[in-house]
Amino acid sequence: MIYSINTFEKLLNCCKSENKRIYEIMQEKEAFDFEISVKEVRQKTLKNITVMKETIKHGIKSKEKSYSGLCGDDCFKLKEKYKKKKALFGDIFEKITQYALATTEENLRMNKIVACPTAGSCGIVPSVIISLSEEYKLSEEEEINALITAGTIGYVISSKVAMAGAVAGCQAECGVASAMSAGAAVQILGGDDFQIINASVLALKNILGLTCDPVAGLVEIPCVKRNVFFAVHAVTAAELSLAGVESKIPPDEVINAMVQTGQLMSPLLKETSQGGLAVTKRGILIKEGLKLE
Amino acid sequence: MKQRSLFDVISPIMTGPSSSHTAGAVRLGMLARSIYKNIPQRIIFKLYNSFAETGRGHGTDKGLLAGFLGYGVDSENIKKIFTIQEAKKTDYSFEYEQNIDRHPNSVDFILEGSLNMTISGNSIGAGNVEIIKIDDFTSKISGEFNTLLLFYKDKPGMISKVSTLIQQENINIASLDCDRDARGQTASMCICLDSEISKQIIQKIEEIDDVYFVRSIKKLEA
Repeated sequence: MIYSINTFEKLLNCCKSENKRIYEIMQEKEAFDFEISVKEVRQKTLKNITVMKETIKHGIKSKEKSYSGLCGDDCFKLKEKYKKKKALFGDIFEKITQYALATTEENLRMNKIVACPTAGSCGIVPSVIISLSEEYKLSEEEEINALITAGTIGYVISSKVAMAGAVAGCQAECGVASAMSAGAAVQILGGDDFQIINASVLALKNILGLTCDPVAGLVEIPCVKRNVFFAVHAVTAAELSLAGVESKIPPDEVINAMVQTGQLMSPLLKETSQGGLAVTKRGILIKEGLKLE
Repeated sequence: MKQRSLFDVISPIMTGPSSSHTAGAVRLGMLARSIYKNIPQRIIFKLYNSFAETGRGHGTDKGLLAGFLGYGVDSENIKKIFTIQEAKKTDYSFEYEQNIDRHPNSVDFILEGSLNMTISGNSIGAGNVEIIKIDDFTSKISGEFNTLLLFYKDKPGMISKVSTLIQQENINIASLDCDRDARGQTASMCICLDSEISKQIIQKIEEIDDVYFVRSIKKLEA
């Protein structure tokens, strides 16, 4: 049995003809391609979930700054704020925003994270999956299903474009992470396979053109805060999709638009730190300041 | 072409903050070490361009050293590598240079000791790396395959002698690249293999007349 799932259309057709969920198709394909068992695929996935949870647990307690001293205490500030005044959107919003910050801050502290799909966007998928898992008391199996679903979305997109800011800007990093998380959220919340893909492309449509312009070339400004924004973005997409709001542009055509947008984007805005935020007056001052140290 | 995996998207489990500048640096260090094998008397890490510019903030320097000392991309020792005993016993230093002819994320490992060797590598994105040069010889070592690296006298029949020995273990050759400094002088061979080669065969390759140097470089964990 060999599935080809390099487009969302093929993936959904596979689900239909085999009468299987997205995660089932992916885990079987992975097992086939790498001559391992489905059980091993799920164990590898679980290992990643375990690290994601450890990272959150560690990060949420820390306010250690990064080597540059620019970032590292945002999660702490948010936690203190919630202690005084609850979040407008409730407990789950508190969790998602804190977990996303906790994870990305662990990344810039040179602690252990799971790149998902990249290190710079590592906070988005764990914050959505782990928050929803806690809220809905998911079993380990359901968590694995959710992460494989997220991974499948990234897998399909990466058949058209590399997951790198240098290739397609932050579309391919935080953008894809948000699309992956939207799909995972729908899987967790009981949506069907079409709704999963639809949620992903709703998220993706709203990040088109997202640049990668990190100040001083570091994975800090704007990456850390961007992770929080796009975790919440993912949940918005999931809600819309579960309500039956459909992308009028078919999923694979949205991916094509993203790829084209990435190609049209100036290299100055693709991880070279030669445009955008990186070359603002303050951005340059920060860069020069770090050099002097 | 490389088989794409679900775990290209989810993973690696790594020490932050950057797959290219941190994890990539560790992997380059690991490859350089398996090429040189021992700890040299002196190591100079020469960082170019973006590696030089933003390397310190990304822990590129720490990653290169940690990888060279044998730690993997998820090791907790990367962050504190300068303070661990093994590093303190090692004579290492860093140099920085801007050079438009080099890849944005590149490094030279200048290794001095009983054997002097310069190994050049690039971090090409998402933690993927390539060793592109060893001294003046072009090489093709990415850590995606178990790779055999040879230096030998440039003369007819060497490739067939080596490949015959590899064939004895029914190992498939994924790619083979050669280079030489001049006709009849020293040549290099990089052979990417689909599986791991035994010590016995490596020893037999070492015993071929006019083979000067053989290294078996293990595939890096994803």
